[in-house]
Amino acid sequence: MAKITYREALNQAMCQEMERDDRVFLMGEEVAEYNGAYKVSQGMLDKFGPKRVIDTPITELGFSGLGVGAAMAGLRPVIEFMTWNFAILAADQIVNAAAKMKYMTGGQYDCPMVFRGAGGAAARVSSQHSQAFENWYANIPGLKVVMPSNPADAKGLLAASIRDNDTVIFIENEINYGDIGEVPEGEYIIPLGKADIKRVGSDVTLVAHSRMTGYALMAADELAKQGIDAEVVDPRTIRPLDEATILASVAKTNRAVVIEEGWRFAGIGAEISARIMEKGFDDLDAPVARVTGKDVPMPYAANLENYALPSVAEIVEAARVVCNRA
Amino acid sequence: MTTKNQQENQAGITQEGRFYSAERLHAMHDMMLFVRRFEEKAGQMYGLKKIGGFCHLCNGQEAVCIGMEEASEPTDYMMTSYRDHGHILARGSDPTAIMAELLGRAGGIVGGKGGSMHMFDKEKNFAGGNGIVGEQVPIGIGFAFASQYRDDKRVSITIMGDGGVNQGAVYESFNMAALWKLPVVFVIENNQYAMGTSLSRASAETHLYKRGISFKVPGIQVDGMDVLEVERKMTEALEHARSGQGPIIVEMMTYRYRGHSMSDPATYRTRDEVDEWRSGRDPIVRLQKQMIEAGLATEAEFKQKDKDIKKEVVAVAKAAEAQPEPDLSALWDDIITDEIPNAYPYPRQVG
Repeated sequence: MAKITYREALNQAMCQEMERDDRVFLMGEEVAEYNGAYKVSQGMLDKFGPKRVIDTPITELGFSGLGVGAAMAGLRPVIEFMTWNFAILAADQIVNAAAKMKYMTGGQYDCPMVFRGAGGAAARVSSQHSQAFENWYANIPGLKVVMPSNPADAKGLLAASIRDNDTVIFIENEINYGDIGEVPEGEYIIPLGKADIKRVGSDVTLVAHSRMTGYALMAADELAKQGIDAEVVDPRTIRPLDEATILASVAKTNRAVVIEEGWRFAGIGAEISARIMEKGFDDLDAPVARVTGKDVPMPYAANLENYALPSVAEIVEAARVVCNRA
Repeated sequence: MTTKNQQENQAGITQEGRFYSAERLHAMHDMMLFVRRFEEKAGQMYGLKKIGGFCHLCNGQEAVCIGMEEASEPTDYMMTSYRDHGHILARGSDPTAIMAELLGRAGGIVGGKGGSMHMFDKEKNFAGGNGIVGEQVPIGIGFAFASQYRDDKRVSITIMGDGGVNQGAVYESFNMAALWKLPVVFVIENNQYAMGTSLSRASAETHLYKRGISFKVPGIQVDGMDVLEVERKMTEALEHARSGQGPIIVEMMTYRYRGHSMSDPATYRTRDEVDEWRSGRDPIVRLQKQMIEAGLATEAEFKQKDKDIKKEVVAVAKAAEAQPEPDLSALWDDIITDEIPNAYPYPRQVG
């Protein structure tokens, strides 16, 4: 297996799918001539030409709606948001159109498309450019929400998302773009709705997605030094959620910490811990703990930003608490 | 100028150099009258509380619906806002399915999922029926993009109102459509009022056909109360878009006789104003006069026609009302295409 970056893995998935299906096209700001604001679409204009790799004006609502119409007309759009912060401008098309088009039309029109781009906190870009919105989209019937945490998952999940016949919200992470990992060559598909156990353990279950999966793995290493054997579960698909894998892990460990970069209130952790309570209550030896971003807009100053985000130390501490070791 | 056609010994009307056969004129007239009576029936059913929610009628605007349909190809795409009954009827969708949708029945055009605002008919290339003002405009250029991508010469007829034209999405769409020369005709149905707000209270530039100037989108203004002018100008606009010259705006000057929706008594305009349009410029009466003058029909024939259409509409309403409500299991249908059975939220389940 080749070692490539997270961004190259995403690029491979898009190229693979565009070679396979000429209905697939990529559209967004700076995706073509600039090769992508984060270089995810590097070389794609040269490979596929301006008909299929299309630079747009800065007009998120407009080109998202264009994607919806094109999908309804039978194409398979991949719409890139430079970051998910800007997708708020396009929320009407995502929420009011794409998500409910199939339902509202009595099944006549489908909206098979991918909205993708960087989500979560970037580095030192303050409040408007560092936010996690997966819980917004995960709340909405008609959408699927997918978030890869490493290069291999990035490739396999994006390819699956492009092939999927529904609207997929595909949230990447800017900090992860340069991460290097082993990625299968050639066609590679990871089915949506399947969690992955990133580390096997027996004492406590750490549930984490996207960039927080890496944090959970670092926390698990630290916990191991302290004699706590943590299992790390990455849902990979947020909606619909492979809760069976999470519940099976909790049945084994009897303890759980849910970690997310986003805000605590009504976050992904709230949903996952509610499900553990509803379905795995008898397995629990301690209340589920949550480690989340602080309930503040993201500040700029390095120390404040660092403080606002979840830390490995906080995950370690939460795991010790649920293991009665604090 | 309207004259009895002398050429080819065929009965009809020639207007501005364009010939309309008697047969075609009758078809246009009958469809406009059908839409009028259908909407009146819908209004009545709403009054009887058989139709729920919002219900936006298009009485007065029939020439726009029928004239556009006459000019377009069946393969052209069409999408509009929530004032959609007239357009989908003109496209040739089943009136019983449309009435059934209004009544929330299983046989509704979208199975009772959409109601008045969300009429869709994929077979007729009618893509809504969209409830958020201006939302259909970027979607419309998406259909045009697909047409250009496949080079299949289909035009996207993207309809909005004089209210919708103030949405930012519209200008984002004008820009991209012009930039990429997408085959789209932007139709602005200017019925003078965005809900209760008159055009002059909402728009700095009230000549809406000029709204594309800074995007290099040409625009024309059309008497939307004259079905023949609508047909003629729309034919030109469609040709413009189809031939690769890019988008064009067609502003249809029209008027709705009823309030914005069924719950609107329309106190923001005077009785005289409504009467002026209704009795002075009504598109159906206008065409009838033209046809009578040209010796293509008599008043008695039109009276009989009206009786027949009213009967037809009563039968449509009856058939729709006789349908059952959707099965409760339909609640769960058509949300996701590729269901993932073992992931939560589980398909077709609570919790």
